[in-house]
Amino acid sequence: MTIRISSRALLLASALALAPAAHAETPADTLVVAHTIDDIISLDPAQSFEFSGNDVNNNTYDRLVDFDPLDPDAGFQPSLATSWEVAEDGLSITFTLRDDVTFHSGNPLRAEDAAWSLQRAVKLDKTPAFILTQFGFTPDNVEEMITFEGNTLTLRLDQPYAQSFVLNCLTANIASVVDKETVMANEQDGDLGNAWLSTNEAGSGAYVLAAWRPNEQVQLTAYEEYWQGAPEMKRVIVRNVAESSAQRLLLEQGDIDVARNMTPTDVQSISAVEGVKILDEPRGRILYMGLNQKDELLSNPAVIEAMKHLVDYEGITSSFLQGQFVTHQSFLPLGYLGVLEETPWTYDVEKARQILADAGIEGGTITTRVRDLREYIDVAQTLQASMAEAGLTLNIEQMTGAQVLDAYRAREVPIFLGEWGPDYSDPNTNAATFAYNPDNSDEANAVGLLAWRNAYEVPAEMNEATVAATLEQDTEARAEMYREIQRRYQAEAPIVPLFQRIEQVGLRENVQNWYSGGAVTSVIYRQVTKGE
Amino acid sequence: MTDDSAGGRPPGAAPSPRGALMRRRARSVGGTLLSLALTLLGLLLVTFIIGRVMPIDPVLKVVGDRATQAQYDAAYRAMGLDRPLIVQFLGYVGDVLRGDFGRSISTGQPVAQDIARVFPATFELATLGTLIGVLIGVPLGVIAAARKGGVIDQIARVVALVGYSMPIFWLGLMGLLVFYGILGWVGGPGRQGIIYDGMVPNVTGMILVDSALARDWPAFRDAFSHIILPASLLGYYSLAYISRMTRSFMLEQLSAEYITTARVKGLSENAVIWRHAFRNIAIPLVTVIALSFGSLLEGSVLTEIIFSWPGLGSYITRGLLSGDMNAVLGGTVVVGVCFVVLNLLSDILYRFLDPRSK
Repeated sequence: MTIRISSRALLLASALALAPAAHAETPADTLVVAHTIDDIISLDPAQSFEFSGNDVNNNTYDRLVDFDPLDPDAGFQPSLATSWEVAEDGLSITFTLRDDVTFHSGNPLRAEDAAWSLQRAVKLDKTPAFILTQFGFTPDNVEEMITFEGNTLTLRLDQPYAQSFVLNCLTANIASVVDKETVMANEQDGDLGNAWLSTNEAGSGAYVLAAWRPNEQVQLTAYEEYWQGAPEMKRVIVRNVAESSAQRLLLEQGDIDVARNMTPTDVQSISAVEGVKILDEPRGRILYMGLNQKDELLSNPAVIEAMKHLVDYEGITSSFLQGQFVTHQSFLPLGYLGVLEETPWTYDVEKARQILADAGIEGGTITTRVRDLREYIDVAQTLQASMAEAGLTLNIEQMTGAQVLDAYRAREVPIFLGEWGPDYSDPNTNAATFAYNPDNSDEANAVGLLAWRNAYEVPAEMNEATVAATLEQDTEARAEMYREIQRRYQAEAPIVPLFQRIEQVGLRENVQNWYSGGAVTSVIYRQVTKGE
Repeated sequence: MTDDSAGGRPPGAAPSPRGALMRRRARSVGGTLLSLALTLLGLLLVTFIIGRVMPIDPVLKVVGDRATQAQYDAAYRAMGLDRPLIVQFLGYVGDVLRGDFGRSISTGQPVAQDIARVFPATFELATLGTLIGVLIGVPLGVIAAARKGGVIDQIARVVALVGYSMPIFWLGLMGLLVFYGILGWVGGPGRQGIIYDGMVPNVTGMILVDSALARDWPAFRDAFSHIILPASLLGYYSLAYISRMTRSFMLEQLSAEYITTARVKGLSENAVIWRHAFRNIAIPLVTVIALSFGSLLEGSVLTEIIFSWPGLGSYITRGLLSGDMNAVLGGTVVVGVCFVVLNLLSDILYRFLDPRSK
């Protein structure tokens, strides 16, 4: 009996299995993206600070100013705000808002919603709140500092900040405008709708959040009433595919349109496949080496100088980091105002050895902790080899990202190798963490500052220059100030920017106008089209 | 656990009056339940402690790298981590008893809701995998034992050896490359093709079952084409185990005297093998199958990753790596309960299969 049933079941199973599965292309009006999206914790714009969460919010919400995905180099552009005016004393900015925008709920978008959204983010004080509170907003004063009247919104600032600084910050995810009425209808225990917005959406963007299944998939559908016109892709499906080779196979088969996390090997092997193209897009992340100044050996200026010559920049970017990183030796990424493209350091073991010998340093041992990511470990190991040639011993302990981060924030990582991604699209985002550390004592506990984590006592003039650059109204002069800070930084800082991240996106040939967000923002889907 | 639950049916117990029997049954059921409760509590305690001594900071996962100390402290308190460990644990157990598994910090959703989503995916995969393992592994093991040293036995040996030694990661990727990439026989990673996504009403969470209930055969076919490869892969590994165990159980039986007697009586070889020997290995085999099924429920992490299968194994692993202890504890409870249920089921099956226990 048992055997009869099982053989029949077997037959059925094999018949079904052997029948070729239909490999239809993705529907013409649907964009299917494979991406690692297991980092989403919350979709509330006041809280979301992860790459994938921001990727969603950038499409479901609008901001007062935004980037044009077809011309991102032009910088921030009018979006919900049609124009703005800075007061003569520079202490306030007044925005005029569009009056033809509706939220996905059907409610009209008013200046009141925009003001409330910013106030809400300040009051909730989640991690990204500093992007707004750095202008002097506090939960107590924010209702006086951010006000609205009719269709205008006014920001009062505690200092006459550079206009470009304020507006760049307003392109950040946290400045998204949420639908006050919808959110407040879902408030629980005075949380300003935080719990509800973590898994729901109340925006006016080109896409509506149709479904989010954590670690599995995000589904967006086009908002037909979108004020900039309904997007061409009626559905966007982002699937969590963790494995690079799985992404590659899916793309080859045409089951997805876009693959966003392929390894260099997979990129290389797929670039020859017909019907697939690769797009290189510089992103904002900087891979850097932090030399902890608590370490006696590493705090020696000669060692700092020598270490800059012990990184095989060319060898690394032409081998295991090929295509994924380019050499970049200043802390502002390409694509940012004030970027410095000079690369003063070259790989030169002989020179490093000489520098060490001149300073009377005869060897030394450092034990450091590196996150167990292939690319970081590979960089650490090449560094280990070249340090050995120069007479320095590097011991590497591999740990999970969370463990390394813990130790790093406790100033306990001697040589940190990892990436830093900018928090918003203004140069101050990196300057204020790489080149600003007003109090280097342990008690200051400035865990958010990279300079503090590496115990780097930033010279007073550099601290001041970093602050001064946020107040410079002339944008070109401001850019030059940042270039000057970076030159000085290159000359002396123990934190050494090495490479900038390139995102290699695999696309089906017919996908047009893809934009991952460049260095300054997150992915935007509304301009994407699919040809024949 | 097996020993405890087996305590209810001491082999060779003398027949007793009906009332005494009932009382003893009730006592044994009570004892079993108590031991189950203690087992689960112990499981929770161990997992809880492991979670707390692990050098991963769950608060950082919530507030992120950029948080100020004040924001960090606020989240630390909100998560209740400032309370003594024992208070935290008792609080957690109290919540669980009320059916509240807390909120996962890595998905932001209630753990119960997460598990209701990931468990059916895993259950479906593990069931099909075990089915494949049993349907092929058992006959293979029996034949290998009956024709010891023959061709089938050699094949079975190689199959099992490969199954034991081949990394599942590699085999999975090769399977995808060949059957999906080159031959196009099966669907790619994921549970469904894009066009079928969300088309079938969610009843059990198992797409094969749901699409069959809805009589949506194209969706069923699509789901089948996606599940068959990972299920075969898991099935292959359990096949390797099941066939080896079946073979050794059978060899033991076939050398027993009653088999010689049966043969001397002139019974056909088929009858000797299937009616006599096989019946006697049914009981240990049930245990083997149950254990193998149980391990597929929580141990198929790599398969889940390769095939983008949003299941329980990767849910627990991801939770563990990000210090998301509510997710880990919730998942552990589910796996623990599964093992308990499997034990009970095999216990019940014993009663059917073993005439002595009737």
